[in-house]
Parts: sequence; structure tokens; C-alpha cells
Amino acid sequence: MAENPGAGGALTLCQRCHQRPATVQVATVVNGEKRERRLCEECAREEGAFHLVLTPVFTVQNLLGGLVGQGVGPLRPVWGDRRCGYCGYPFQRFAETGRLGCDRCYEAFADQLEPLIRRIQGRSSHHGKVPRRGERQLLRRRELEQLRAELRGAVEREEFERAAELRDRIRALEEEARQVGAGGEGA
Amino acid sequence: MNPEFGRFSRWMEGKGPDSDIVLSARVRLARNLRQLPFPHRLDEGQAETTLARLQETFAALEEGWHLRFHRLAEVAPLDRQVLVEKHLISPQLVQEPVRFQAVAIDPGESISIMINEEDHLRIQVVLPALSLNEAWQVADRLDDALEEHLDFAFDARWGYLTACPTNLGTGMRASVMVHLPGLVLTRQVAQVFTTLSQVGMVARGLYGEGTDALGNIFQISNQVSLGLSEEEFLHNLAVVAQQIVGSERHARQHLRQEAGIRLADRVARAYGILTHAKILTSEEALRLLSEVKLGADLGIVPAPSRASFAQLAVLTQPGFLQLRAGRALSPLERDELRARLIREQLVGEAA
Repeated sequence: MAENPGAGGALTLCQRCHQRPATVQVATVVNGEKRERRLCEECAREEGAFHLVLTPVFTVQNLLGGLVGQGVGPLRPVWGDRRCGYCGYPFQRFAETGRLGCDRCYEAFADQLEPLIRRIQGRSSHHGKVPRRGERQLLRRRELEQLRAELRGAVEREEFERAAELRDRIRALEEEARQVGAGGEGA
Repeated sequence: MNPEFGRFSRWMEGKGPDSDIVLSARVRLARNLRQLPFPHRLDEGQAETTLARLQETFAALEEGWHLRFHRLAEVAPLDRQVLVEKHLISPQLVQEPVRFQAVAIDPGESISIMINEEDHLRIQVVLPALSLNEAWQVADRLDDALEEHLDFAFDARWGYLTACPTNLGTGMRASVMVHLPGLVLTRQVAQVFTTLSQVGMVARGLYGEGTDALGNIFQISNQVSLGLSEEEFLHNLAVVAQQIVGSERHARQHLRQEAGIRLADRVARAYGILTHAKILTSEEALRLLSEVKLGADLGIVPAPSRASFAQLAVLTQPGFLQLRAGRALSPLERDELRARLIREQLVGEAA
């Protein structure tokens, strides 16, 4: 391993202070006219409006962010203030970093993520390992759905003895789910 | 400094089928805890609680795993560097500050679990040669054992949920570390790697993403993690690895036939330098070791008497050298010690 990784190519100076190296590209739109400048972080912060941080490394994260943007160029705040209802993570941050805030973000941003996942992974459904605990929960959920359907049928047919039996089994399963899911019941 | 980190890992022994070309096989599983922000979003309190909880979990694992839990904040910076050099942890895990990062390692250093890297847990199993299935079986069992105690973020449609959607699904990244001097010398390596990308695989340098292929060592891994079963992904990677081994052997044969004397001269010069040099930088050492390894595989120069190629490659790393020396060394001191250790390993004694 090289002992000190290379720092990279020539530096451009900030177009505002002309002192520090420019690390940020700032795009401003005035009267429909786009203007782009390269600034140092201090100047960019002072101007208070930067839309796109240019990091010198071409990373998967950056690439992902670009993919969400669907080739519209510098990221525009088209996401508004969309946030994950669970952890408060703004979707804008995902567009910038390629990282989500928590597992529930997948649910919160599902409509945006679905086409992206399809594009980077080539497929959109999991065919691998299922956690044992998750499997039990999944089976329980499926069984519950089936029992509830049966119960509706039994009530319609006025088979009350059968309905009572089904209702007891549903209650037992629901109780079980509550206990197991005490650490956190999901969707 | 902890001398415990100064030993060689089991995978470096370099035994097994095709181990002259395939140095190691690795399976890594990304796992996250349910309903908890990913590591980059944890506040201090959450991060500390998570770390403590995971430490307890590892302590509660059944006997037989023998995993030792190290909080990185309590591991000396030099020791952290050695863990990176031995591929037990990623360079990302040791990026400062390392207050809430940890690693659990088994005595053979085949298993390492990184805590609070990009995901809450990254279970990694490394074995010598092309033992992808064996590595997967260990990782799978450990994953099951951890799941007895932890609730992992999982979605029926998208599988294991990860901080970055590139790891979604199986959460699995499997890789093989291959030594390809023949393909590099015959200038075929770029073409091979372009083809790889067309079948959902990717090649990286020795230390992963964004690093150079020093010593003609490459890591080849699956780029996609969703949509196939773990076994299918592993099968595909194994097939590709076998093909690369075939191309490498073919390239070596070709070199021998077409450039016999020049090849012999080149590896003999490399051998001459390594057995006589008094000062060696890590880059030069790795480059020459790769050539000597090629020469030894082809019977042109003697194989190292004691250490394997992988052991020598790690031994030449700056952190490892200093750990062996028991103190911080200046760059010149390192280069001198490196040259001496390699000399000893190649000829059995100081030349």
C-alpha cells in the first residue's frame, strides 16, 4: 500500500477570494439564467447557497446521487423537503450522498428508490436468505390474513361456532405477534 | 501496541486448489439493526448504546466462535493500521474519529465483524484459495447466531436493508483476491476487467475501492447484491474466478514460450534485488515480490523458504513492520527492516 495516497491534480483557486482552492461548485439561477462558479467552502458558506458539493473522488455514493437526478445536471431542490417520517432524514441528503438514514427510509422513499434500485441492481426483488425471525413473522402475517378471510366467510354463512374458533386463533396469533414484535413491529 | 495483531492470518498460509493464483476468498454480509438510524446518522447516545449492545451480543454468543471484541478507540492507531493491512477491517472503519467503531475477530483471523462502518454490522469471512462456499457457510452460520440476539432490518421485497442501496438484498459482497502477473505482463488485464463489468462483477486493487493494483494483486467481486440467492452469486463468481485462473495460466505459458529468456531474466533480477537490497520501499518490495512469486510458480527461481507470498506481502506493509519492531520507525528504518526481513525469508538467513 502506498504510504500516502496521492492528493490529486492541480487546484483551481476560488473565484471569490482568489486565495483558497476552489472545492465547491455553486450554481445560481437568476431570472432563468444559470451561472456557475467555483468557490472555496468558506466563501460558499458565506454566500449561503450552494447546491452541489464537488468532491474530488468519483464514488459510488456520488454516482448514486447522480442517478436519482436522472441526468438533470446539478441537483436542483426538486425533492422539496421530503423526509423520512421515522428518522427525519431528508431525501435531498440521499441524492447528495447515496446513503439513506435508516431502514424505514426505504419505505418512506419507496417510489423514488424503486426505479433507482432496479437500475443499479438490475432486479428489484430479493431471492436470497430470509432471517429466521423474519420468516416466522412473514408466515404469521400470511396465516393471519388467511384466517381473517375464513372468518369473514364463516360469518357470512352464519357458521358461528366455526367463526368463534377462528376468532380465538386470530387473537392468539395477534398476541404472539405483539410479544415478539415488542422490540419493534414494522409495516 | 498489541503484539497479538502481529501474527499472520490463516488465509495467508496459501494452501488449497489454485492457491498459486487465488490468494483468498472472502464473503462479507452487511446487516443493520431494525428501526435505528444507520451509523452515519446515529447521535452520540444512540451510537454508544448500539456499540454497548453489540458488545454484549458478542459476549453472549455461544461458545465456539471465540470472537474477541475490540473497541477501536482502545486500539492503538498503529494496530488499527495493521488490521487494515491484514484486510481484517476496511480503511473506512478507521477514519477518524473512531469513537463508536469496533471489530470482533477470531483467533485464526478468518472472521472479522466490523461494527458501525457504513452499516451496523459487516460480517466478513476470509479463507485461503477459492473456498467461497466454505466462507459463505461460516458467514451464514454466524449471521444465524447473531440473529438469535438481534433484529435485522429486512424487507420481504428488498431483502436486507443497507445504508447504501448498492448492498441491498443479500447484503453480500463476495470476492476473490487473485495474483495476475501474467495477464498484466501480456497486457490483457484491462480487457479481462472490462468483460467482468458486463457480467455484474468488478475488479479492484489490493485494498479495495479506489486503491491501486499493487503487486499485480486484484480483488474481483460481485457488483450486484439483489435478485439472486447467495449460492447463485457465489457460483457465478467462482465460475468467473476459474476462467480468470485459466487465462492467467495461459498467459504465463505464452510468456514462457514467447519471451522465455526475457522473463527468466526479469524474475531473476527481481530475485537478485530482493535477496541483496539493503533498503526497500513497500511499493518496490511488493512489485518485486510479485515477480519472484511468478518466477517461483514457474520454477525459474526458488520459492521463499518460510513465508508464503501473502505473508510476505503483508510483512512489507509499514504498520506491520513497526508492530514487528515493537516501536515507531522512520521511513528509512522501515525500508531497512523491510529489506532485511525479506532477505531472511527468501534465503533463510541474512545475506
